[in-house]
Amino acid sequence: MSGEANGNEAATVGVDTDESLPEGHYRLRLYVAGQSKKSMTAIANLTKLCDVHLPGCHQVEVIDLTKHPELAVADQILAVPTLVRRLPAPLKRIIGTLADVDKVLVGLELRKTDG
Amino acid sequence: MENSSISRPASAGHLAKAATGITGLDQILLGGLPKGRPTLIAGSAGCGKTLFGLTFLVMGATQFDEPGVFMSFEERPDDLATNVASLGYDLPDLIKAKKLAIDHVHVDRSEIEESGEYDLEGLFVRLGYAMDQTGAKRVVLDTLEALFSGLTNIAVLRSELRRLFGWLKDRGATAIITAERGDSTATLTRYGLEEYVSDCVIALENRVEDQVTTRRLRVVKYRGSAHGANEYPFLIDNAGISVLPITSAALEHGVSNEIISSGIEGIDGMLGAKGYYRGSSVLVTGSSGTGKTIFASSFIDAACERGEKALYFSFEESPEQIMRNMASVGIDLRRHLDAGSLQFESSRPSFFGFEMHLTLIDRQVQAFRPSVVVVDPISAFRGGATDIHSTLLRLVDMLKVRGISTVFTNLIGPEGADKTQHGLSSLMDTWIGLHDIEANGERNRGLYLLKSRGMSHSNQIREYLLTDEGVELVEPYFGSEGVLTGSARLAQTSRERAATLQRQQEVDRRDRELKLKRASAERQIVEIRTALEAEEHEIQLLAEQATSREANHEQDRLAMIANRTAAE
Repeated sequence: MSGEANGNEAATVGVDTDESLPEGHYRLRLYVAGQSKKSMTAIANLTKLCDVHLPGCHQVEVIDLTKHPELAVADQILAVPTLVRRLPAPLKRIIGTLADVDKVLVGLELRKTDG
Repeated sequence: MENSSISRPASAGHLAKAATGITGLDQILLGGLPKGRPTLIAGSAGCGKTLFGLTFLVMGATQFDEPGVFMSFEERPDDLATNVASLGYDLPDLIKAKKLAIDHVHVDRSEIEESGEYDLEGLFVRLGYAMDQTGAKRVVLDTLEALFSGLTNIAVLRSELRRLFGWLKDRGATAIITAERGDSTATLTRYGLEEYVSDCVIALENRVEDQVTTRRLRVVKYRGSAHGANEYPFLIDNAGISVLPITSAALEHGVSNEIISSGIEGIDGMLGAKGYYRGSSVLVTGSSGTGKTIFASSFIDAACERGEKALYFSFEESPEQIMRNMASVGIDLRRHLDAGSLQFESSRPSFFGFEMHLTLIDRQVQAFRPSVVVVDPISAFRGGATDIHSTLLRLVDMLKVRGISTVFTNLIGPEGADKTQHGLSSLMDTWIGLHDIEANGERNRGLYLLKSRGMSHSNQIREYLLTDEGVELVEPYFGSEGVLTGSARLAQTSRERAATLQRQQEVDRRDRELKLKRASAERQIVEIRTALEAEEHEIQLLAEQATSREANHEQDRLAMIANRTAAE
């Protein structure tokens, strides 16, 4: 579903790569609702963050729930925006506009809590 | 559906209601929950909040053509389906038929990192999507409070909840929001959800008294509608939720003039109407071994004989035991049981609270639809006097409204005289007191009617025997010696018989004397009359002689005159 859903998105960040991701690759999905201020902020923040911390090793899908409400159930989306780390396992969720970069990095396990 | 008769005709400004399909509850709510508005159901763990929600949806989908969405924040759809499968609710089937959607919202704080602002649009999207898929008119959110433990930004959460309830109203969904009961008395729910749901609030409670648990329900508020304000007991078992119907405050049940037999000839004879009124409540009180159960069974036997259905609630003996014991006094209950006209319901009184028993009785009565009911004995129930009294009142009411004639038995202490427990007497139409009468080294049984509303009745204390053919009332002895029973009565009867014989002989003797007197008097009368007649005759002769003498004188005088004239 990811490829198909991705094609219909209003905004996409990053490039869709192969299903088999090399070690150290991040597959992320950002759920937003329409063109709201929070949604746009989250997309911008994520783009920036990926460019800085995950250059060349990430794949991001942005899903607009107003267009694909059925996708909200599968990933247990409650809050919007929600960033889901689908790979590497385990699944991680970060909610909010991703304004606090440190928290996002901790959430994605890119940085240790104590570090 | 019964509910349609309860809901009043929709008039301008009248609140539309959505029936829950839980009969007793709809009665309390005067029709149902407010249509198109959210209702809060608050209760602590294990009160049945989830089941209330599911029942509301299943009933909506199956009976009222209103599909629903169940948004679960705690239990998984599979677990929900399993839990209610035993109640006959087939959730997977309803889901397949698009009459029900279940969305499980998993919230776990440990899996969620928060960074920056957010809202709960995802929840709205999911709910909206599920509602669109089913065309839902009903929504259950169970338990929204899980969000409070899953999210840290309480301010956002609260404003989003407010938005959610507004959104539900805009969509016209009749919603149930469940919430945990708060610990403090200040707030009804732990997170003060009642602040947002202002239309209807129902509180559930699980109260333990004397080691017996009773579930209770109370409508805390219902904006724009009248509602029953009391606490009502309810029951959850394999038939789902049963809420005990309200006491009909109006006392408006119809009455019958039809008379039905008590099953005991002698008792019928003591009642002016030769039996009980149909639909009346009869109380049989007595100490141990006075035969209360036999009186009750006779009543049942007579009813089944007439072709009516009877329901026997036994709280002390098992059905088998009752049937065996009754067979020993010639009452064959088993044939009625086999014929399906009699049903036993036995349970330990301590198994539930009395109110719960009442709810069970109510349901059994609804299912079996008997015309006579026996509750044996009501003294088995423990509880506060006011509780028991109000519950009994409801029981009596409930049976009367349905026109069911009922015999209640009640055990009283030997010295208890006519004091019933729980002030029962005023609830009963007919009251039969069974007593042990101890005298002359014997113990005999006597009964009398303390009251029987609406008919004249005997004031006698009657001795009765428990024979092979049931209860038999003995012809009463009443005289200068008072009421006598047993051998004293027999002795007195034979004494009386002797006295009667003596009196009879005396009378006969006097009668003979009188006859003789009369005969002699009559003889005298005849003699006197004969003497009188003789005298009368004599007088008559004298009178005749006198007359003829007069006549001779006249002749002589005339002859003399004639002589004289010739000589001159």
